[in-house]
Amino acid sequence: MATSNQLKRVDFIFRNENDWEKILSSTLKKKPQDLINELISSELKGRGGAGFPTGLKWKLTAESKEKEKYVICNADEGEPGTFKDREILSRVPYKVLTAMAICGYITGAKRGYIYLRGEYKFLLPELNKVIDEFDYYCKETDLDFKISIFMGSGAYICGEETALMESMEGKRGEPRNKPPFPTQSGFKGKPTVINNVETLVHTFTIFKYGAKKFYDLGVQYSRGTKLFSVSGDTPKPGIYELELGMSLQDFVYEFGDGDTKAVQVGGASGFLVPRKKFKDAAIGFKGKLTGISLPTGGSMMLFNSSRSMFNVLDNYLEFFREESCGQCTPCRVGCQQLLLGIKAVKRGEKPASYLDKLLRLTETMQYTAKCGLGQSVANSFSSIVENFREEMIY
Amino acid sequence: MDPIQTLVKDLAEKHGRSRESVLPILQGVVEQEKFLSERSMIEIAREIDIPAADVYGTATFYSFLETKPTGKFIIRVCKTITCAMKGKNQILFAIQDMLKISLGETTPDKQFTLLETNCLGWCHKAPAMLINDEIYTELTPEKVREILTGYMKVNVNH
Amino acid sequence: MSKKVNITINGFPVEITTGKTILEAAEEQGITIPTLCHHKDLCVAGNCRVCVVEVAGQNRLSAACATPCEEGMEILTNSLKVRNSRKQIIELLLAEHNADCTKCYRNGNCELQTLASEYKIMTQDFIELVPLKHFSIDAYSPSIIKDDSKCIRCQRCVRTCAGLQGVNALTVAHKGDKMKITTFFEKAMRDVVCTNCGQCVNHCPTGALVEKNYIEEVWEAIANPNKHVVVQTAPAVRVGLGEELGMKPGKSITGKMVAALKRLGFDSVLDTDFTADLTIIEEGTELLTRLKKALVDKDESVSLPMATSCSPGWIKYIEHMFPEHLKNLSTCKSPQQMFGALVKTYYANARNIKPEDIVSVSIMPCTAKKYEAFRPEMHDSGYRDVDYVLTTRELAILIKQAGLDFNKLEPAKYDRLMGESSGAAVIFGATGGVMEAALRTAYEIVTGREVPFENLNITPVRGSDGIREATIKIENPVEEWAFLDGVELKCAIAHGLINAKSVMESVRAGTADYHFVEFMACPGGCLGGGGQPIPTNPEIRQKRAEAIYAEDEGLPIRKSHENHEITKLYKDFLKEPLGEVSHHLLHTKYTKRERY
Repeated sequence: MATSNQLKRVDFIFRNENDWEKILSSTLKKKPQDLINELISSELKGRGGAGFPTGLKWKLTAESKEKEKYVICNADEGEPGTFKDREILSRVPYKVLTAMAICGYITGAKRGYIYLRGEYKFLLPELNKVIDEFDYYCKETDLDFKISIFMGSGAYICGEETALMESMEGKRGEPRNKPPFPTQSGFKGKPTVINNVETLVHTFTIFKYGAKKFYDLGVQYSRGTKLFSVSGDTPKPGIYELELGMSLQDFVYEFGDGDTKAVQVGGASGFLVPRKKFKDAAIGFKGKLTGISLPTGGSMMLFNSSRSMFNVLDNYLEFFREESCGQCTPCRVGCQQLLLGIKAVKRGEKPASYLDKLLRLTETMQYTAKCGLGQSVANSFSSIVENFREEMIY
Repeated sequence: MDPIQTLVKDLAEKHGRSRESVLPILQGVVEQEKFLSERSMIEIAREIDIPAADVYGTATFYSFLETKPTGKFIIRVCKTITCAMKGKNQILFAIQDMLKISLGETTPDKQFTLLETNCLGWCHKAPAMLINDEIYTELTPEKVREILTGYMKVNVNH
Repeated sequence: MSKKVNITINGFPVEITTGKTILEAAEEQGITIPTLCHHKDLCVAGNCRVCVVEVAGQNRLSAACATPCEEGMEILTNSLKVRNSRKQIIELLLAEHNADCTKCYRNGNCELQTLASEYKIMTQDFIELVPLKHFSIDAYSPSIIKDDSKCIRCQRCVRTCAGLQGVNALTVAHKGDKMKITTFFEKAMRDVVCTNCGQCVNHCPTGALVEKNYIEEVWEAIANPNKHVVVQTAPAVRVGLGEELGMKPGKSITGKMVAALKRLGFDSVLDTDFTADLTIIEEGTELLTRLKKALVDKDESVSLPMATSCSPGWIKYIEHMFPEHLKNLSTCKSPQQMFGALVKTYYANARNIKPEDIVSVSIMPCTAKKYEAFRPEMHDSGYRDVDYVLTTRELAILIKQAGLDFNKLEPAKYDRLMGESSGAAVIFGATGGVMEAALRTAYEIVTGREVPFENLNITPVRGSDGIREATIKIENPVEEWAFLDGVELKCAIAHGLINAKSVMESVRAGTADYHFVEFMACPGGCLGGGGQPIPTNPEIRQKRAEAIYAEDEGLPIRKSHENHEITKLYKDFLKEPLGEVSHHLLHTKYTKRERY
């Protein structure tokens, strides 16, 4: 059985603190190297879903000798079931800007961009106001850092960091080959730190309260808190900041409607956990010692027993079929095959054993797709088909 | 200079003439014109000196950059999982019934275009839709009718 | 010394130069990793994923074409995981592909077909996508047919059109399942900036992009007893054809080709080289006239540099991209069109055949020539000057269909009147060749002496660099050209339209002080043309170039103005270079075009 924390609500991210100027000026008095060490010791990992150690990312960029560098805040929140970044940008945007400026100071970047998804365009007027204020502050204090907003225009894949950079460069948002990684060659081929909105806010917390405060929250390998976007069959949908490491059992106890059949952790590209596995599933990053650990960008979608898992999978696959950039074979053709395939099985045009062929296909997609999108279609597909095979066939 | 030329030129002045300006310029044209015509893309290509085919290829990558004529108000109903679970279809029916158009169509008076879109990021307040850049959440068929009536009134008044 | 990294490939330790990809490392070790989107002429894409390999310690597979070797890497190119994944990717591609191979123009020379055969894909479990999509075939262009149902979206054509040619007629549009290769606003190829160069055809792994063939039309003409079918063969065809008939690249097979053409039933087998020599006389005279006007008469309306006009892909390119510089183009028609205009006038007259009874066929290394022959202005003989243009590949098809054992053919000679060729004409097929041929003649006209290069080989203009420059100083000219004394004639050569673009940009900016520039649309010149055998790559083009220069050295006449049939042509028919008849039949005008 998993050793999990009880569900612990925390309030760091949305705590309204009107002291960003103070935090910024005091942080900028410290040595970059010390700040990097602080960040590394917090063990903060990226909150967009992939979970790369943030301190290491900043360190690698700081070490580059290039003069021109960039900081990008990834606000292309497109994963079905997540809406936390929107909330952060509308409630505590100055924390994001402050964190970007500190990142610029540490890495040597003078320019920062927020890549905001087109669906959130209504945030623009308010955000621009805050940025103007921030600009004014920078000018007053001779801080050489400028932030602008770059608008997306409706493309899920642009949340993939290299696709996002392609998009900013005025091109189709198609993921690049890696290596090189953005820390070496990012926006316009220059070293770039790209962080999720929430990740940046956590760095604000760390620089304000110290790494220890953050580190003491959560569990081993999964330190700190995380915002969860809760939706689906729940009496209390919304955004919650929770300590990492809780079991899904505790989560469902808190948020379920008493009839929870399964929870999709991490959105359409995450895993579906059926009721019988709630106890063994802990929410955190890989490396946890016991049970299943589920890394997540914070999307938690609950399904009760009235829901058909076939319909759920069908909806995801249609999403991926449309949102794949289309450049690589396994993802472009694979997504179409999976969608048509489950429909064919359902209609009886293909035998039930065809599902096994499709499972092998998702394995190939996981091994060979160019980017995270194609690689992670396997997550939801296999977890749904393996746990709810019956619903796929009848 | 015709209006499109002027618009593209102004946008290029504002956003610059490098490749990185392509998306902001395309967005600027869409904001004004609602869609990207052949003509506007040729102008963009000329203005920032990149191949017209590249402008087209880039534009068609993004769901919000329409390349076909649309109505004044583009309705985008979220079709992703939570909205689908919470009654997206009823919302669609209500709109189709009221505007007498199907998905992908534009009303004959060129006021409304009805589209579906992927996750809008309002899953906790599903179902949701965008009308141009405005977001509407926790929709019910009644609420949708009210909202659309509001848009129609605005039109009449103009 | 370049740095090395130590890796193992399939368990065997090897030392690899730093920076090389896994694909290159494997190739060095004699291991072929299958590829589709990769091409040696193009930038790396890494999107077909057929070349995936296993790197120890990594769960995911890596694309060999896009992954650099790193110290200590243990690479498996043929593990079970690799094989299974690769096989499934091929299956996916086949599910998306109109795999009706027996009805495909590329049947027998298709990279996807070869892979499917190697991996023994015997069943098709996946759902066929082609019937679910509404693909259309774009067959409006006289040169190229685009069939999206056969497209595997490797984007080689897009990278060719952009990276190699700088034309950007093709682009990737839409995303997800709707992603496709198309043009601006999905117009027909004939309605956009496409130059018909056919490099996309040469680089397409499947039958999605092929030349429009005129094989049946030519057979019909041959079969018609009332028609006199004349065929001309371009310089580069003779060094490419062999590859289509099973020979190694770099074989010149002129005599056998002529023999084959005669056996196919053409009534007269003539040589485009003849009009290549004629082009040199006309174009050389035009250049000297322009120089005189510019340098002596100080006529500011004269446009310099003068640009060559033999390459129809280049012509259409400049018409679209630099329409303000059409005056820089030589007014000379290309050798193909000069030939066409003469066949239905001079030749018809001499042979006493009615021009309307002549069917004029040309064999070209080129797809743009098909378009050129279709240009409305190419009617100066009073008829369509050239009726059908076949590529080198189509000629090979004719030969195969006729059942000729090419190797057993005794070499034959071209027919008379328009069949003689100098070495200068042969080298038209290689980049720099027109320049070299022009210099051999122009220098001699001006100075009365041969060009000061050993064995007439003007090596500075040869080679494979995309843009090359050369300067020839004129000393002690004959009296007529005395004004050129001491002038340094500045020449440049550009091949591949991306290089043409950069030269033209400097011309437009006024920073290029050349007098004469040779432009060829295709990489390597005509020998790398869009109608040449597939595959093409830098090594193959190098071999073809060597064959061309060897052919030149072996010919008794090396200079265009020494071609006897040319002398006769002027004496009997044209009278003088740039004269009235020439003006009417051999020179042309250009059209400004839109840039999309």
